Amino acid sequence: MKANPYLPSLAIIEGIKEEVEGHRAIKTFRLAFQDDKNKKDFSYIPGQCVMVSLFGSGECMFAISSSPTQKDYIEVSVMKHGKVTSALHKLEEGDTIGIRGPYGNNFDVEGWKKKNLIFIGGGIGQAPLRSVINYTLDNREDYGNLEIIYGARTSADLCYKDEFVELEKRNDVKVHLSIDVEEEGWDKFVGFVPDNLLEVNPAPENAIAITCGPPIMIHYVIQNLLKLGFKEEQIYTTLEMRMKCGIGICGRCNIGNLYVCKDGPVFSYDQLKELQGDM
Amino acid sequence: MENAILSKEKFPELVNLIAAKNKLFAPVKENGFSLFKQVKEASEIDTSYVNTRVPPKSIIFKQTETLFRFTPGKKGNVEAIPEENEKIVIYAIRTCDAKAFALLDPVFLGDFEDPYYSARRRNSVLIGLSCSNPGPACFCTSFDDSPSSKEYVDILFTDIGDNYYVEGNTEIGKKFLEEYKTLFDSASDENVKSRDTVEKEAIGKIKRTMKLTGVAEKLDGMFEHSIWYEYARKCIGCGTCTYLCPTCHCFDMQDESTLNKGARIRVWDSCMYPEYTQHASGHNPRPTRMNRIRNRVYHKFNYFPKNAEVFGCTGCGRCIEYCSANIDIIEIINKIGEVEE
Repeated sequence: MKANPYLPSLAIIEGIKEEVEGHRAIKTFRLAFQDDKNKKDFSYIPGQCVMVSLFGSGECMFAISSSPTQKDYIEVSVMKHGKVTSALHKLEEGDTIGIRGPYGNNFDVEGWKKKNLIFIGGGIGQAPLRSVINYTLDNREDYGNLEIIYGARTSADLCYKDEFVELEKRNDVKVHLSIDVEEEGWDKFVGFVPDNLLEVNPAPENAIAITCGPPIMIHYVIQNLLKLGFKEEQIYTTLEMRMKCGIGICGRCNIGNLYVCKDGPVFSYDQLKELQGDM
Repeated sequence: MENAILSKEKFPELVNLIAAKNKLFAPVKENGFSLFKQVKEASEIDTSYVNTRVPPKSIIFKQTETLFRFTPGKKGNVEAIPEENEKIVIYAIRTCDAKAFALLDPVFLGDFEDPYYSARRRNSVLIGLSCSNPGPACFCTSFDDSPSSKEYVDILFTDIGDNYYVEGNTEIGKKFLEEYKTLFDSASDENVKSRDTVEKEAIGKIKRTMKLTGVAEKLDGMFEHSIWYEYARKCIGCGTCTYLCPTCHCFDMQDESTLNKGARIRVWDSCMYPEYTQHASGHNPRPTRMNRIRNRVYHKFNYFPKNAEVFGCTGCGRCIEYCSANIDIIEIINKIGEVEE
């Protein structure tokens, strides 16, 4: 008998890291399947998502923010926003949640080998990028130059702050952080992420640009990438939609004839510009 | 067993025999409306209907159903519910509603198999009853189907006066008829003629035509057309068109729980409601009625053809008949056809 795709597997919260505080708080949850078989069978590629259940509150789709090179657990970074995410933020280490997935397509980490990768993230949009960044760092010799452009509203809103401190020390990856408005003690770029992208001015030759963040940021990042000479097929992003089933049946996450849960979330700009639908 | 006749006198006996071994659903009349309900005896069945208000899709894809049970809260647990394995027989299903299953199958049994739909679908036998009296909103013929199409059912009954003309279409249908073969008599050429006459007369009664040639392709270029605003002004957003549509498959999943037990429930949902697509952030990709009407029409006449190479509409006419604002899908599609490119 085939497995029931609606039935979540139980997982234990092994760790919780507070990334951002305040009313738009972000926490990263480290989750480990309770059952050894699930632990062994669960495999994914950066870009893929999981449905996380808190029984009684509901279910939400999140990008997996950890890299598959990290066995034993997966991580999701959750911004407190609605009913389920607010309930998730109240959980503690040792609590049980449900996971089903992985769902969706993925970043083409195989096809991007030998290429220079530029990651352009904003706010919580860094979550799926963290998965592919850590994956490429763990397979560093397979890829060309790695460059990360990341920004948030304020320095306090930056996700994965401590990880960026470590990344900045490395010489095999370049990090360019930014915040939207000036702050005392901030000596890096001030301004929006698309502007920081122009400032960094990455070369399009043999490169792939991957951008995740709020829709308005993605819009201007893509415009600026085109200005810098990137071709449409060199630009990738991920899309978000409200989801329930996660498997292309319940209907709500469609953009045109595609379902973001199943046919996405990763799209090349090449595909995206042909896509006609409500976004 | 393939083609035969069944005397109407023997029909009650057939119903009794089927109902003894299967969950038999058939049209009954309640409060002036027809609906598919489980029946035990022939006397409960009312085949004078044009079509039921709610399509029999609800037998296989239930309006509300429990997906699994759970222990709520931060020490949660899940408990699967046993798969249904009862034999289902749906009697007197119309072409349009039977075809709907052919359209829903790739959705529910495609890349991922929906185990609830799949279990009931696998265990069901569809017995069609030719429409001898199509309604004013019917247009199955626009899709090259007929009130007596047998390709979507396992068995087709046609009322030819004192008898039913019975055709086994699929292997499942033929095997099913074999079980009851003592009740059937062999069909004469006369019976075949009567059956064809019923079909021809019924086709003649269908007065409306949806002009579908080129519509799917034409819609590619009509996303920004004013027609969507025009119909959005009429629509009251009640969602009736989607709830009564035999091919609509959207649903919501909700957790219902008390302090120590709960269940994840699936319920039919509708793309005509703003909450359907509303993100937690407040962003809504389909914030206005224009977006939602456009999505409904595109889903049936552009996205479905793209994904499954068939229109997502079977011409049952329910959305026309029950729309409180008199929005007419035939009129919309025919207008699209007339738009100059």
